[in-house]
Amino acid sequence: MIELRDVKKAFNQGQHNEVWALSGISLGIEAKRVTALRGPSGSGKTTLLTLIGCLARPTSGRVTLHGRDISGLPERFLTEIRRKTFGFVFQQFNLVKGLSAIENVMLPAYPTGRPHRELAQRAEALLERLRLAHRRDARAEWLSGGEQQRVAIARALINDPEVLVADEPTANLDTALAKEFMAILESFGAEGRTVILTSHDPLVTESAVVGRLVDMRDGLLVEHHE
Amino acid sequence: MKSWIEKQRHLIDFTLSSLLRRRGRNLGLLVVYSLLVFVLASAMLYSHALRREAAVILEGAPEVVLQRLVAGRHDLIPPGYIDKIGQMRGVQDIRGRLWGYYYDSVVKANYTFMVPADGSVAKGALVVGPALARQRGLEANTGVSFRAYSGELRSFIIADVLPQASEIASADLILINEDDFRAFFNYPAGHYTDVALTVANAKEVRNVANKLSKLLPDSRPILREEMQRTYASLFDWREGIMLALLSAAILAFAILAWEKASGLSADEKREIGILKAIGWETGDVIRMKLWEGGLISLTAFLLGFVAAYVHVFKFGAPLFAPVLKGWAVLYPRFDLVPVIDGLQVATLFFFTVFPYMAAVLVPIWRAAVTDPDAVMRS
Amino acid sequence: MRTSTSAAAILLTLALAFVACLGDARLTVERRAGEVVAMRTLAAQLGLTDLALFTEARYTRHPSQADLHSAFQDHPLALEHFPSGSLIVPHHEILDRETTAPD
Repeated sequence: MIELRDVKKAFNQGQHNEVWALSGISLGIEAKRVTALRGPSGSGKTTLLTLIGCLARPTSGRVTLHGRDISGLPERFLTEIRRKTFGFVFQQFNLVKGLSAIENVMLPAYPTGRPHRELAQRAEALLERLRLAHRRDARAEWLSGGEQQRVAIARALINDPEVLVADEPTANLDTALAKEFMAILESFGAEGRTVILTSHDPLVTESAVVGRLVDMRDGLLVEHHE
Repeated sequence: MKSWIEKQRHLIDFTLSSLLRRRGRNLGLLVVYSLLVFVLASAMLYSHALRREAAVILEGAPEVVLQRLVAGRHDLIPPGYIDKIGQMRGVQDIRGRLWGYYYDSVVKANYTFMVPADGSVAKGALVVGPALARQRGLEANTGVSFRAYSGELRSFIIADVLPQASEIASADLILINEDDFRAFFNYPAGHYTDVALTVANAKEVRNVANKLSKLLPDSRPILREEMQRTYASLFDWREGIMLALLSAAILAFAILAWEKASGLSADEKREIGILKAIGWETGDVIRMKLWEGGLISLTAFLLGFVAAYVHVFKFGAPLFAPVLKGWAVLYPRFDLVPVIDGLQVATLFFFTVFPYMAAVLVPIWRAAVTDPDAVMRS
Repeated sequence: MRTSTSAAAILLTLALAFVACLGDARLTVERRAGEVVAMRTLAAQLGLTDLALFTEARYTRHPSQADLHSAFQDHPLALEHFPSGSLIVPHHEILDRETTAPD
């Protein structure tokens, strides 16, 4: 579904602090599977995730989605693709403070112009599914870490994306909450959803839900586990 | 179309929720903003209505008033001047006017004594202006006495009080018979205060004025056009002291608005990053902020303008009265006839709404074009 | 209720109030047309040249008639005495006027 061919990514290119986060990665990611990118911090796995999720463009190389080259598209189209195809769960959850849980969930759908009633219904269904219906009007900063993550997951699903992208989903959770997340992940796996995540938490990477594990180090792939 | 509207409503929902998060601060800003529009609009409506009143009066003013000056001071027109002018071509009508000031120590106010040209006031009678009548407690058929320049008290009967509707122009007037006027002020016979000329052809007025200056070099002709211009610039919004004081307020608001609107906090920057990461376009972020700026400034504008209208035309501009009253004892009571000039409203709108929108937009533009992956990297 | 709905309601109310102001202005002008005519007639009859806003000094009572020095007539360095004098600015065209005779 997603193909990367010899993808490189540099930050601050041409300046004295130039850093090559990715130094040539070729990788194919299949649909309807849970794929985990594993590696120590600084290995480039988050950068790779931003390229896969259309949050950034590679410095060189190609990224194709469903066979269409998306590495050279202008921001407008990239945003459009990102909104339709990907749902993001960030490491810090990145909820908007001051807004209620349900408002946060609806946020990615605002630019689509879908009717408010429909959005609210869908957001409530998602919160219900993630056992958060009772917290729908609580402000983001009043939620616990686990609740924040579940709101973030609901937010990622509001536009019904093909792919769920999660960056270090268990890094800010204790073991009990991490297990809860794994249960949610399992339900996605059972539904046949495509999930791409980064992690160095064995609880995630060694779980049976993860269909494919990609190891990374120093901006390169280490080996492929099938 | 429907989804476009729905999208804008979503953006408005979001921007309002954002504003409500810092409720006190944003409401405070709205109040200060509205107050600023209120004061500016009040000054604008008030001065505009006053200028209209002046224009109405000046429509009937003589085309040329000729004064004689002695060492820079207004002096009496001596006999013979009027005859000299009488031979001038283009002058249709000419008449010497008699008027002057009188300080009444009873109420410590200045009056304007004036002899109407049509001789409508009988000997021993006076017609008085409404503010003066109020101050001295005069009404028709009551008596009043003033100390004449000869030192003796002279008594008059009030024949009439001028209508209240004309008070803005006639508050302190005392209309008096010519003989009484001359006797009261010891005014030398044959002399006049100034000369009013009627010129038939409007295009001839300047020519007549030039000829008058040549003919009577010690005189100063005042054209109606000049009087009109005097009043056009009166309370001109760049020149009034009120606006000089206001400019400090405007500056303070500008700083406040700039600080509020342009000083993007780290939180706001992060928020924009989040919005972009979850699928908002740069354009959506900017549109959302446009709505914020638009809603705040439009609300402030409408609120301020409506309040100003009520203040000026329904309550008689009580906030400006102390400034305008000055040291005058006889302050006219008047209800201004509303004048709303579309261009001026548009100007006010532009100068109050546009800068705020710009202050909101410029920094957002800078923040909104950052890469959406910034959120992941932090 | 959605916040955008409340905001629209508030704005609509304000806009109606604004329109009401315009309407009120028009009605008032019509209602008081008679007064304006009366004032115009009186002004023409008496040859009035000024508004009676400030009666304290002759250059404030009759700004269009005052000679240019009247504000400082008592002494060349005399300070402006009446506060209203600062509100009334002689029009610069009068000050810049080219005259053959001294003012």
